[in-house]
Amino acid sequence: MSNPPTQVCNPVPSSPDGARGNRPNSYTPAAPPDPGEVQILARAQAGDHHAFAQLYALHKRRIYSLCLRMVGNIAEAEDLTQEAFLQLHRKISTFRGDSAFSTWLHRLAINVVLMQLRKKGLSLISLDEAMEPAPEEGPGRSFGAPDLTLTGAIDRLALERAVADLPAGYRLIFILHDVEGFEHNEIAAMLDCSIGNSKSQLHKARLKLREALRAISQPEARP
Amino acid sequence: MTDHPGTMNCAEFQAQLPELIGSGANTSDHPHLRSCERCRAFLADLETIAEAARQLFPSVEPSEKLWARIESAIRDEAPEDTQDSLTQS
Repeated sequence: MSNPPTQVCNPVPSSPDGARGNRPNSYTPAAPPDPGEVQILARAQAGDHHAFAQLYALHKRRIYSLCLRMVGNIAEAEDLTQEAFLQLHRKISTFRGDSAFSTWLHRLAINVVLMQLRKKGLSLISLDEAMEPAPEEGPGRSFGAPDLTLTGAIDRLALERAVADLPAGYRLIFILHDVEGFEHNEIAAMLDCSIGNSKSQLHKARLKLREALRAISQPEARP
Repeated sequence: MTDHPGTMNCAEFQAQLPELIGSGANTSDHPHLRSCERCRAFLADLETIAEAARQLFPSVEPSEKLWARIESAIRDEAPEDTQDSLTQS
């Protein structure tokens, strides 16, 4: 058995998780595939274990970070990352390049995460439900009004807590777009939904966060 | 909610926001915002949240041991006649 390579022959400029614009935590999922990665992928699909280890080295950070952001627990996130890469190993020969490999891998990992959330008995039952939360979960009270305005900088811990408290479907969209930097068309491909649905769910997620942050910063304003 | 003659009202504007923001358009040029302080503040809130999110949850590496676990699981799943290739790689 080998250690996973820490670098591939043609790493993406800056870093595999390099920033897009000023987003320190995101990368450029829409970038053209790296020729080096294409070769690695082809070899991994042909059963080359060393190439699979290289794919792991390339994508582990993104996949693990996504899992950790979704479940908030290191041990659980590692279990999910392991399962995602095991699934990748089982299914890699079925990848046909209809979408970017990173999009395909993220979709696979997202399904693993959602399966885990379902096992834990959270309200999220399926991706469809994630994309169509019950009406009472919607940000119905979030219509813009002066007394809801956030003031000053947002407390980081408060925002992290508010994100953690989002319904899983909203949390997923918010993390994929606002934290990871994916575009709506990529998210739509990952979640098998329309681009409009992705935009709509992201907006609702932000509205719910606004509600939550406002409740924290102005508790006296709440009933 | 306020109505502004000649433009859409707040509800109409906010109903358009997901598409407006998602399109990447410059929302500050929207006619409704020129006359509605409330919606300007509302939009500023959403932009503040989105901006703050970019600083959240630093991307992190899994532990070094995780790859060994994955390799072990792959080996357990592999047919016996491919075990050697995994070991030698």
